[in-house]
Formats: sequence, structure tokens, C-alpha cells
Amino acid sequence: MTENTLNSEVKNSDTIDNDATNNKEITIEFKNVNKWYGDFHALKDINLKVHKGERIVICGPSGSGKSTLIRCINHLEEIQEGRIYIDQQELAGSEKQIDNVCREVGMVFQQFNLFPHMTILENLCLAPVWANKLPQIEAEKIALKHLHRVGIGDQADKYPGQLSGGQQQRVAIARALCMSPKILLFDEPTSALDPEMIKEVLDVMVELAESGITMICVTHEMGFAQSVADRVIFMDVGEIIEEKAPYEFFNNPEMDRTQKFLEQILSN
Amino acid sequence: MTNPTIFVPKPDREAPAQAKGFLHWLKHHVFNGWFNSALALSLIAIIVLTVPQVIQWAFIKATWVGDSANCKTSPDGACWSFIAAKFRVLMVGVYPAAESWRGIVGALVLAILIITTITNHLKGKVLIVAWLLLPVFGYWIIGGGFGLNEVDQSSWGGLMLSVLLALVGIIVSIPLGIVLALGRFSGSPITKSLCIGFIETVRGVPLITILFMSSVMMPLFLPPGFIIDNMLRIQTGMIFFSAAYVAEVVRGGLQALPKGQFEAASSLGINYPKTLYLIVLPQALRHVLPPLIGRCISMFKNTSLVIIVGLLDFLGMIKSASLDSEWLGFETEAYVFGAVVYFSICYSLSRYGAHLEKSDPVLQK
Repeated sequence: MTENTLNSEVKNSDTIDNDATNNKEITIEFKNVNKWYGDFHALKDINLKVHKGERIVICGPSGSGKSTLIRCINHLEEIQEGRIYIDQQELAGSEKQIDNVCREVGMVFQQFNLFPHMTILENLCLAPVWANKLPQIEAEKIALKHLHRVGIGDQADKYPGQLSGGQQQRVAIARALCMSPKILLFDEPTSALDPEMIKEVLDVMVELAESGITMICVTHEMGFAQSVADRVIFMDVGEIIEEKAPYEFFNNPEMDRTQKFLEQILSN
Repeated sequence: MTNPTIFVPKPDREAPAQAKGFLHWLKHHVFNGWFNSALALSLIAIIVLTVPQVIQWAFIKATWVGDSANCKTSPDGACWSFIAAKFRVLMVGVYPAAESWRGIVGALVLAILIITTITNHLKGKVLIVAWLLLPVFGYWIIGGGFGLNEVDQSSWGGLMLSVLLALVGIIVSIPLGIVLALGRFSGSPITKSLCIGFIETVRGVPLITILFMSSVMMPLFLPPGFIIDNMLRIQTGMIFFSAAYVAEVVRGGLQALPKGQFEAASSLGINYPKTLYLIVLPQALRHVLPPLIGRCISMFKNTSLVIIVGLLDFLGMIKSASLDSEWLGFETEAYVFGAVVYFSICYSLSRYGAHLEKSDPVLQK
């Protein structure tokens, strides 16, 4: 499979998707968001709209603020200026209000962050039982459904430390799905994986993308961006420099900074 | 692509035959180099010179039955009949003989609890509740009340008192220490400074001072007519002392947890108190298990200091038994017996801790 055929295949679907998303409701909105770590200006005047069901890939060099950006969406980072809306509700107010808004957002981390003292099944049932007050039996049913969906239904009684990195990351995805989020955030989900395990995680993510959930992925997997994303966002030094449909992004980048970045990562 | 050549893995081979056997091991591990050889030889010399004598004294020439006159006929051997004669006193002190059965019942309950814990018959919440009830049960069975004759605390003594002080001290101070550690780890600035103040003050003072203060000075500060038993005051002092150390041990475990655990919990919508209870503490306590067991061991040994404030614990009873005019001159036996008892209890604790570490699937990884 050559890159060209892949791109041209994607090109058509891109334009269609973009037309479609224009009519759809906005799920996430950033309005003039600024964030500082001490004196360091990490996010600069971020304005971003994400439509329902949209798949967005954020890329950029390390330290560009892409992780910070998505971590703001579920309030792992606090912003100092601007507003963030999720499903028209502002991400602000009391801890309880924020928790309620964040409940719509699931997250998958680079380091998986599974709970090592619990079995896979316990990892998956924990939040449904303790945060959503679901009965244990029902939570287990849902958990097993999602475990099968990511292809590791037979590992339910193992501990995270007994699984491979790829399996752990798929468990982490299943764990996020158990809370039935409307939005899924991926923070470099394949960066900590051995090369041979990246594909099994990407396959799950592709399958998820097709299911219509809103996805925002920080990733360096450009193949994934090309085949799955509706939009690619390029960030550097805390700013959104360019955002485009993938075919446009990879073939006609507007800004010199983007071109330089693409040369760097696509050169090999 | 050209047709690939099929890769066939080589069959596994047996590892090369290592030189085996005891002599080989000795040569490579014990007598490797002149320094280790000299060390080994001098250790062997020490063992050869001392162990036979100890065995002679403790077993071969020892007197096992009879009174002090029997013992005096064999002055080169140990007089274990002295321990037998004093056994009751060493175990329960001057606890009334008619009520001695209560010490035995207490010991039995403790033994049952220990056995069911070690054999994993008690698990989870039942296990924790059972152990948390033990201090209440201990004080009731020994002190009386609620249907049992009351026994004055001044007559509690011996190993019974040591074990009671240590057990209650450990069982109460661990939860207290965890609360202090959590306060220091994630409380508001005020809770934090209160916890730090308590921990640092208590850690900065020797246990003996704390025991003196609780025994002698605390009554001065209490309102008149408000009396707490000496024993209870000392117990409280020991609990505070131990809690401060437990808090620091637990804090180590809390700080070692990766931030990602908190983030994962938060992104799943689990609130902070539940995160602490479900995710943070179970992991932190697992990781500090070895130093926690260490705290338990030193708590048990520390009980021997209460002799200074007038309680006759196991060591106190050993001392007073060796001063009995009928049995003068058998101090060594008394202290050897004491050392053996202390060692067996502490060593069992340490082995159990090691077993817990080994058998935990999470710690194994």
C-alpha cells in the first residue's frame, strides 16, 4: 500500500465529512483560552470548535502545548483565562459542577495509568460502581462487553502488570469506555509502546472512530491521522498554527513551520 | 517483493553444564580470595569455640525440674526449673490467680485471630474489623466490667501486659498514623500544619520522655477529679509515639505514587476522597509494608520501657523474678528466656511480613 493511494482514497471522504460537520452541533469549544505554568505561557489564545462525532488529531513538537490542550478538556489542567464549553456547559464553577461536565469526557494516557493493585475487571468496574453507583453485576457485564470489544475478554482476572503494553493500553481504552463518555481524549496513546504493539492499539482506535464517538488524539501516528482524522491540528509554542483536513494538511501545508515539522517526521 | 526465505528458529539447547555440588559452591562463594577465606575461617573458629559450650549449658547440663537446691547441684548448667516455677508470674504478673483463665482466653482468641489471618480464612473488611475489635476485647477480658470481675490495672503484668500494650498500640496507631499522613499529604494548610506539628513534636522526643510525661505530668494538667489510669495514660503515650512514626512511613508510600494514578481516577470521575480510599491507600500501604512491619516489631520491643514508669511488663517481671531470694543467682536464665521470647515473637512478625510481600500478586510483578 503506497501513501498516494491512501491519500487519494481519504480525500473524498474528507470533503464530505467536513460538509457534514458544519451542520452538526458543537461538542467542545475553546474561547480565548490561555494557560500559564508559573511564568511559562503554555497555551496562547486558543480558539477551537469540535463538532459532535468529529475525529481530531493534534500534532506538534514536544512542549508545544498539545497535551496541555487536551488535558484542559477534562480539567486535569486549570486555565487562567478564557472559557471552555463542553456540550454548551461551561467547564467552571464548583468542583461538583466540573465533575459533572467532565463525566462526558474519557481519557487514555500515554502511560496507561491502570490501577496496578486491581485486576483488569476491577479496573473497569471501579468507576461505574463508585462514581455512577451502578450495581456490581451490571458494571461487570458492561466491562466484559468492552473488554471483548478491544479483544482481551480472556484477560479479565489478570493484573495489569501481567499484560503487555499494548494489552494494557487496550484495557485503558475499555476502562474509559465503561463510563460511556461522549468524548474520548487520547494523550499519545502509542508513544510508550513497543513498535510491534502499536498496531493493535491503533486498530481499536480506528474501530472506535467508526463508531461515531468524538475523538481528540494527540499522536505522532501520521498514518492514523491520514486515514481516520476529520481534521489535523498543528501546534507549536502554545499556539494552534494550522488546522486542516488531513489530505490538505499533509499535501498543502500553508505555514512554513508546519512544512518543516512534516519534513522532519515524514523524512524517514 | 521477492519470495521471502522462511525463518526457522533454532531449537533450544540445554544450558552448559555448570560445575555443581557443595564443594564447588564453597570454593566460589565462601573461599574466593584470601579476605573471604580468612573471614570464613574466623567465623568457623568462633562457632566451634562457643556453640558447644552454649549447648552444654542450655541443654546437656541443664536442670529441668525441681527447686533451687536441685539447680545448685549442677552449677555449670542452666536452671530451667526456675523459669517453670516463675512461669505464671512471667506470663501474667500479679494478676489474681482465680482470674488467670482470662489471660488464657485472651491468648487463645489472639491465637485464633492470628491463625485465621495467616491461613487467609479472614479477608477484606471482616479481617480489618476483627483486628480493630481486638483492643476492645483485650481490655475487656483483662480489665473486666460488663459481667466480668474488674481487675485493677496495677495488677496487670508480665507478657500479657507487654502483648496488650503492643497490640493495642499498633492497632490504634496505624489508622491514626494513616490519618496523620493523609492530613500531611493532602489536607488544607491548617490541617497540614497541625499534622506536621504533631508528627515532628512527637518524633523529636524520646519515647521515655513521652512515657514520663503521660505517667507523671499528664495528671497535673487534667482537671481535678478527672482521673485516667496510669496504664491507660501510658498506652496513649505509646499510641501517639507510634502514630507519628507510622505517619511518616505511610507518607513515604503516598509520595511514591505516580501522579498518573490520580489523573486516571479524576478522568474517570472518581472524587478525591474515594481516590484516596480506593486507589491511593491500597497501593501506598502495600509499598510500605516492610517498614510498617518494622514499626510493629519496634513497638513490641518498646513496651519494655514501661518498667520505668512503674508497670511490670514481661521484662519487669523477669527482673523481679530474678531478685527472688529463693532463686538468687539465676538471672542469666531469666534474661535468656526473655530474649528467646522476644526474638521468637519479633522474628515471626518479620517472617510474616516477608511472606505477605512474596504472596502479593501486585508486589510481585
